[in-house]
Amino acid sequence: MIPSTRGRVSVLAALLFLAGALLAGVLVGPVDLGALDVVHATFAHVLGLRSPLSGADDAILWDLRLPRVILAALVGGTLAAAGASYQGVFRNPLADPYLLGAAAGAGLGATLVVAYAPSSSVTGDFLPLAAFAGAGVAVIFAYVLGRSAGVAAGPAALVLAGVTIASFLTALQTFVQQQHVDTVQEVYSWLLGRLATSGWRDVGIVLPYAVVAWVVILAHRRLLDVLAVGDEEAAALGVNVARVRLLVVVAATVATAAAVAVSGLIGFVGIIVPHTIRLIVGGSYRLLLPLSLIVGAGFLVFADVIARTIVAPAELPIGVVTAFFGAPFFAVVLRTSRRTL
Amino acid sequence: MYRSLSLLVAFAALVALLAVQPAGAAVPHRIVSLSPTATESLFAIGAGKQVVAVDDQSDYPKRAPKTTLSGFTPNVEAIAGYRPDLVVLSGDANGVVAGLKKLGIRVVLQQAAKNLGGTYAQIRQLGVVTGHPKQAKAVVIRMQKAIAKAVKGVPKRRLAVYHELDPTYFSATSSTFIGRIYKLFGLRNIADAADSTASGFPQLSAEYIVSSNPGLIVLADTRCCSQSAATVGSRPGWGGLAAVRNHRVVGIDDSVASRWGPRVVDFVRAVAKALRRKA
Repeated sequence: MIPSTRGRVSVLAALLFLAGALLAGVLVGPVDLGALDVVHATFAHVLGLRSPLSGADDAILWDLRLPRVILAALVGGTLAAAGASYQGVFRNPLADPYLLGAAAGAGLGATLVVAYAPSSSVTGDFLPLAAFAGAGVAVIFAYVLGRSAGVAAGPAALVLAGVTIASFLTALQTFVQQQHVDTVQEVYSWLLGRLATSGWRDVGIVLPYAVVAWVVILAHRRLLDVLAVGDEEAAALGVNVARVRLLVVVAATVATAAAVAVSGLIGFVGIIVPHTIRLIVGGSYRLLLPLSLIVGAGFLVFADVIARTIVAPAELPIGVVTAFFGAPFFAVVLRTSRRTL
Repeated sequence: MYRSLSLLVAFAALVALLAVQPAGAAVPHRIVSLSPTATESLFAIGAGKQVVAVDDQSDYPKRAPKTTLSGFTPNVEAIAGYRPDLVVLSGDANGVVAGLKKLGIRVVLQQAAKNLGGTYAQIRQLGVVTGHPKQAKAVVIRMQKAIAKAVKGVPKRRLAVYHELDPTYFSATSSTFIGRIYKLFGLRNIADAADSTASGFPQLSAEYIVSSNPGLIVLADTRCCSQSAATVGSRPGWGGLAAVRNHRVVGIDDSVASRWGPRVVDFVRAVAKALRRKA
């Protein structure tokens, strides 16, 4: 087992990483607001005092930059924690929050809205709703299909069911997209992740789901350690395997769907973050889940800082940034898991 | 100088055309247009009666024979089914040009014009191939006069302009067709600073737009995405922008702002009208 001092040190380090990311997130942007004024103005807003910044600069900080930083943290933490829990319940190192078809379902939902109700797609509430519903329906289908193979088939059946549903929904999405090529740019920009237009409203949408999911996932972190030894062994130790799996999957999926609904498909976070932590502090879920949450939040905030500054004043889709760091990371994970698996 | 350049382009197009066409090629009577811009031009120069089918995006003028044909994913068989003697396209997707030529169908490919000179050249070219050269010339002269008049009626000012293509802040720089229109008015395009990829259509960050404080905002996403002066004014952080406060947020029909045909005059007039508005 990991000594608890090591646990405390790593949680502290993770919190420092997140604090650094948040600080960079509010300080760095295409517009230079001045570090002191940014900190001063942020506290002024929180405490209801007068902001030292001018009207436009204050709006940039409070209406544009801060909600974006907080949303990135919420989405990043959710995706990383959801990824880690998926890897736990499916005992599959390459599982991510999109494994059971959540991404494909959300993508189909979003594409349908963009193609058939284009006027409400970007500003309306319809696109997040459709993406959320699509993700939920896809995972329910995958779960029902996987369970129909019987409990004995274990997590592998669920994974295969997820792959099946995902390919089917992706085919549908491609078909709809081909029928509406004129909207391809909009679908594409959604698929690559979108934090560029986020505001406090988006934070409000995702926050309740994220917090509930975090609580459920963290409450199950010890049981996920037991599950790691195998379904039968865990059952012999008195764990209701099917119930734990269902609860964790539902929590992770609902939170992922909410995250996807406001930010589009941001890939790799659910894989890179948990695996980095495994490489550093080991695989115990007691530590892995809270650390994934904290580091995932910090990671996406940093990725977003890169997305909005590297080609400033233009924007890069955040999915490009996470994939750029994510793809090489796959290679590292594969090389190390060859030894440890 | 602009005019002589466009004349030169038109002449070059004409020469190229004569070189390809056997002398005395018949005037087409079954035209298929897969380019919404070309559709508008064909009807403007009086060749509308010869048009038998237009693509699913050609929504102007209303009397154009709209079909399910697609210019984005064209199908040679479906096009040939209309027995055309001339097909006008704005792009060569799916190898459609080669396919049509194989069937012996005359093809005119008119890609997106880079500037007004290109627009005039394309209209004149359509006039020549459809047997309406005089009307085409007249249309071009009318356009040139209308645009010159609109530009003249506005005092030159280095106002900053933000052209919005969609609500995720994709914009167009001065190197694009639409960007050159703003240049006519002497406006400063805020997208120019962001074009690191030279695509001409960068995605701007909201922070940058707000800090640039544009004095004119032109919305080319009124139809696709229901944007308006009201929705722009209610965006977080946008309420204080000069364009919002001075009522210089102009909504333009998406199709007018994205095509390079005769209705570009409408676009120029709309911009001029907004600029004449008292702050």
